[in-house]
Amino acid sequence: MNDHLLDIRDLKLAFKSYTGLIEVLHGISLNIRRGEKVALVGESGSGKSVTARIILGLLQEFSTARISGSVSFEGEDLEMQPLSVRQALRGTKISMIFQDPTSSLNPVYTIGVQFQEVLRRGNTQISATDAEARAIALLQDVSIPEPERVLASYPFQLSGGMNQRVMIAMALANEPSLLIADEPGTALDVTVQAQTLHLMRDLVERRGTSVLFISHNLGVVREFADRVYVIYKGRLVEHGQTSELFHSPRHPYTKALMAAVPRITGGGIPDIAEATDAYLDPLIDHEAEAAS
Amino acid sequence: MKRTFYILLSNPLSVIGLVLVGTVVFSAVFADFIAPFPSHRGAVVDFTNFNQAPHWPNIFGTDLVGRDVFSRILYAYRISLLLGVVVLAIAVPIGVTVGLAAGYLGGWAEFVLMRLTDVFLSIPPLVLAMAIMGLLEPTLTNGMLAVTTMWWPWYARLVYNVTRSEAQEGYVLAAEIIGASRIHVMFREILPNCVPSIVTKMTLDLGFVILIASSLSFLGLGVQAPTPDLGSMVAEGGNYLPDSWWLTVFPSLAILIAVFGFNLLGDALRQILGSDQ
Amino acid sequence: MNDSATEFRPVLEARSVSKVFMTATHEVKALNSVSLNVSRGECLAIVGESGSGKTTFANMLLGIYPPTTGEFFLDGDLLPNRRTLPLRRSIQLVQQNPLSSLNPRRTIGASLRLALDVHDIGDRQGRKARIGALLEEVGLPADFAARYPAALSGGQRQRVAIARALACEPEILVLDEPTSALDVLVQARVLQLLDELRHRRNLTYVFITHDLGVVRNIADRVAVFERGNLVEQAGTEEIFERPANAYTRSLIGAIPIITDDEEALRKKVMEKNSAG
Repeated sequence: MNDHLLDIRDLKLAFKSYTGLIEVLHGISLNIRRGEKVALVGESGSGKSVTARIILGLLQEFSTARISGSVSFEGEDLEMQPLSVRQALRGTKISMIFQDPTSSLNPVYTIGVQFQEVLRRGNTQISATDAEARAIALLQDVSIPEPERVLASYPFQLSGGMNQRVMIAMALANEPSLLIADEPGTALDVTVQAQTLHLMRDLVERRGTSVLFISHNLGVVREFADRVYVIYKGRLVEHGQTSELFHSPRHPYTKALMAAVPRITGGGIPDIAEATDAYLDPLIDHEAEAAS
Repeated sequence: MKRTFYILLSNPLSVIGLVLVGTVVFSAVFADFIAPFPSHRGAVVDFTNFNQAPHWPNIFGTDLVGRDVFSRILYAYRISLLLGVVVLAIAVPIGVTVGLAAGYLGGWAEFVLMRLTDVFLSIPPLVLAMAIMGLLEPTLTNGMLAVTTMWWPWYARLVYNVTRSEAQEGYVLAAEIIGASRIHVMFREILPNCVPSIVTKMTLDLGFVILIASSLSFLGLGVQAPTPDLGSMVAEGGNYLPDSWWLTVFPSLAILIAVFGFNLLGDALRQILGSDQ
Repeated sequence: MNDSATEFRPVLEARSVSKVFMTATHEVKALNSVSLNVSRGECLAIVGESGSGKTTFANMLLGIYPPTTGEFFLDGDLLPNRRTLPLRRSIQLVQQNPLSSLNPRRTIGASLRLALDVHDIGDRQGRKARIGALLEEVGLPADFAARYPAALSGGQRQRVAIARALACEPEILVLDEPTSALDVLVQARVLQLLDELRHRRNLTYVFITHDLGVVRNIADRVAVFERGNLVEQAGTEEIFERPANAYTRSLIGAIPIITDDEEALRKKVMEKNSAG
């Protein structure tokens, strides 16, 4: 089992507050192999976004956060590493794409300036002309028609879809081995979202980049991911290959989640009961069952 | 409530602020019982015990006519706080109404009200107050009037900015679609959402009003003798530095404690009221 | 839907409604001569992406700003640009984000009471009872009236927003993306509630959304807007099975779906686009 690029074991997270300790993650274990696209799907408050933040080492800086468990990246336990090492990983070996592309970019700098900064993180010696050539090539990769014009533009001069492509290009600029995509494209129109997701999928497949894809949208997950973890209230409830999970969901929560999505083939508004304790049933792991 | 205590106690500075403000308010309210020489707030003369350095029972010393400095500071706090409360009680409603109207109604109302506000804001406050005090008699009432005149525009500006952003919220649209009157939207919907910023600013301002009132008295334009006032005490004592240091140092410290205390408490309130419960 | 023919006279009509916004430098055509009818008790979905003009249409219908040209008719009568209270009462709105649409510093009861006070519905005692009844009608306990929005979940808040709109006893409810800020499990239950209310109260819905999955299951008829133009309108089944317009087809093609049946439908629709 050493082909895991990312291996999270029994990760627990709690926040200290005036009402006591609030548990957010109750011990989740997940892994991503090289070149694999893995989705973590759940509703708001399920703990999916904080998981991403822990991988990036962003929550560790909070004095109220209590974290236990291990996060290994390329075989190294990140929790053992000093903060500077973790920070150096960000934007180079591990990069991230956020939900709203326009607000993730700095409005007072041109795309070109921001791109150069991203490239400098990966290679401090890169010259301005090399950086520009590289940026143009990367923007062409994400099917941006006039890369020179885009580099000279400010984020607000570009459409949301264009900014999202710029974000993807930047995220892949330093050839990361892991890309964390937190609800990418949710702020965009459906047609634009569909296009950018296809584009992103093609790119990461071609480069062999691993992806942790965080989403609440089952449809998007089905189209993008190879493997899916379903998370509910800080617990993983079901795990399996995408097609298997979508064809035969077995956990009560996953079943309810799938039933709740209105179908474009009709069938009426789904009839969903109140949340039950069955949603907290233990993890159903299709993969582990297949292996044994 | 629990959250309030948590925030308050997790920050030692806010505890200090609370203690300082508590002390100031307590001394002002109960001056009659705490002050060792309550009669010294008035025109008392005791030439057997004048200009004495701190000693028992005059722990802050005595002034040039033999009055107990400690007692006079307690009564000065009372006047200062009264001044602050009255000034804010007049300035805040005016400023808030102007800010709400300008921010919510927009158009001409916004133009006229905010330009007027800008005019007041562009005059240095102390200069404006001095002008008013120069025209009128330097009494406590006129002092309050002067300080009020320069204080409301700050609230107009603050509330205007909050109103402009709150007006974009869905609840304002919802009230309009239902058919609620403008008065209702301004005072019942938007105003409650301005309250945290207003209360925070009021706490900070109590300190500043005391400071400004003291400055006016220092210049001889504020509260008149024999009523005790921190500003005039500092001014009078200044002539006898450094020998009779207690005449200046203790009133100055009293001003510092009040202003500092209200500032710390204001910052704590900003944290407590800032995020929604 | 009822079967009697009288139920289908238009309760709402838009006649060549256009809107041009003036910016500092140029004019922006937000809506281009749109004509639509909505029958009583019907749910008309208005579908489109950002910049399609669907929100502009709704805002003009609600009287937030007037159309540049064209008119709206309610029950055959011209809707004036300045709405009287009874007219406001008859067209109500449920907004997308219930976090913003409820005043965080007023209780649920106070928010509901506003509608009753403004439109003078019931007497003092009656209003309190009515607030409780409204909350129960949207599936919330009556004692929620004393709570603040922060103590409610997203779904509960949206139910309150629906109750507030109902408090006015409107004929028409404009639903502006009412479930897109909600989790999918919560969405299903709020949609269920909206569907029930429509039939129970014989309400007319103008349902504005970009989510075609929702549209397929709640709307009777669909109007597709693209860049300020009404490009297609038809019965819901017609739109999904035989979309006539290329843009409608590309919208259907872009929806993320989760079953093989849906995949087949999407494929069938998209084939027409690549052929045409």
